[in-house]
Amino acid sequence: MIQLFMRDIGLAVRSGGGFGLALIFFLIVVVLIPFALGPDQSALALVAPGVLWLGALLACLLSLDRIFGLDYEDGSLDLLASSPLPLESVYIAKAAAHWLTTGLPLALAAPLLGVLLNLSFDAGMALCFSLLLGTPALSLIGAFGATLTLGIKRGGLLLSLLVLPLYVPTLIFGAQAVRSASLGQPFDVPLVLILAISLGAVAILPFASGAALRINLR
Amino acid sequence: MNSTSTSKRLWDAFWQLANPKVFMGWSGRWLPWLVGLTILFLGSGLIWGFFFTPDDTRQGSTVKIIYLHVPAALMAINGYLLMFVGSLVWLIRRQHVSVLAAKAAAPVGMTMTLIALATGAIWGQPMWGTYWVWDPRLTSFLILFLFYAGYIALWAAIEDDDTAADLTSVLALVGSVFALLSRYAVLFWSQGLHQGTTVNLADGAKQENISNVFFQPLFLSMAGFGLLFVTLLLIGTRTELRRRRLKVLQARERMQ
Repeated sequence: MIQLFMRDIGLAVRSGGGFGLALIFFLIVVVLIPFALGPDQSALALVAPGVLWLGALLACLLSLDRIFGLDYEDGSLDLLASSPLPLESVYIAKAAAHWLTTGLPLALAAPLLGVLLNLSFDAGMALCFSLLLGTPALSLIGAFGATLTLGIKRGGLLLSLLVLPLYVPTLIFGAQAVRSASLGQPFDVPLVLILAISLGAVAILPFASGAALRINLR
Repeated sequence: MNSTSTSKRLWDAFWQLANPKVFMGWSGRWLPWLVGLTILFLGSGLIWGFFFTPDDTRQGSTVKIIYLHVPAALMAINGYLLMFVGSLVWLIRRQHVSVLAAKAAAPVGMTMTLIALATGAIWGQPMWGTYWVWDPRLTSFLILFLFYAGYIALWAAIEDDDTAADLTSVLALVGSVFALLSRYAVLFWSQGLHQGTTVNLADGAKQENISNVFFQPLFLSMAGFGLLFVTLLLIGTRTELRRRRLKVLQARERMQ
């Protein structure tokens, strides 16, 4: 399992693996926001929490179909399925690798991008924490969506359609935490709830994804 | 001892109803009656509601949209519930009829969601002064609509029937958990934004403080929508079963 995890990270970091693309995408989204809304500082500060969360969420979507897609095409997923490792663990290892190469960098970079949108320091910290706690849920839910659309040719659009409604609760709590922080209010409740979603996803989704993988490899 | 064997026999007889052949038999016999009852209840409820009830003192005649709005909203939620149960039964018992019923329920439920959203918007314009508010109820229904869309899209995308049935069932189960979660997350989110006056107004119009003059036709209309839902569901399930049979027959023909 750990080997699989390391292998996925290695593949993602190597050139052409798409590592960093999500970060650049996130940066571009944030740069485009002032063009769309106008350069007014106070208006930007008002929308910054939501925009930053939304940007991170969309950046997370980009690499989802890679999680299982390439392994499914070249047959290594069949090999993994016939190995003693249960498919639930394969899912966990791959979702964890996705989080480490996408979610974690996004969470760390988000406060810096917050500076561009006139986000206060406290709100930036809240953004970093909420993304740290929330991106595991995004990776897990996304990887689950990827197992569902595995056998579908050009399933990328469908994947987004399936996964985005599932992202609603995470987004609500995440953006709420940052918004509360930017208004100087306590934001521990949304942070705890977002952690609850991540933990709940770890508890439930491996079984659903394992089942979906088995159905697809039948 | 005797009672357990009776309940077991009833249990078996109940599942026997889901045998495709038996299902086609009883649903075919019941369908004309259901269509008739639907027309009777829906027609009488709507005509009574639209033409023979007084106008509300505050809302005027716009109150009459309630006879479409509330039953449609009810069926939208019931449709999702049925989808969930049908998927669960398919994953546990491999009853084809149940997953096909879930498949047939999705477009009906989605349409009901759309009706509820549209009638709500039409009523909201004169009453709230806007077609759309990001109120918890409205938002949850919009999310429900998206969940229906995802489920239907996944069915459409997968070619193999059994794979599609399995994967959409998994999605329906996980989706139900997240739909419920979204419902409460939205409540949390909207408290942070709005003062809940519009919510109170919506609750007031929908719940206990409704006079019998309005409630009796509303009840008929709700029963009518329920019957309409069951009728469309049976028709949809029968169509799906026939489509599958046709597929098998075509495959058999090619073999010869």
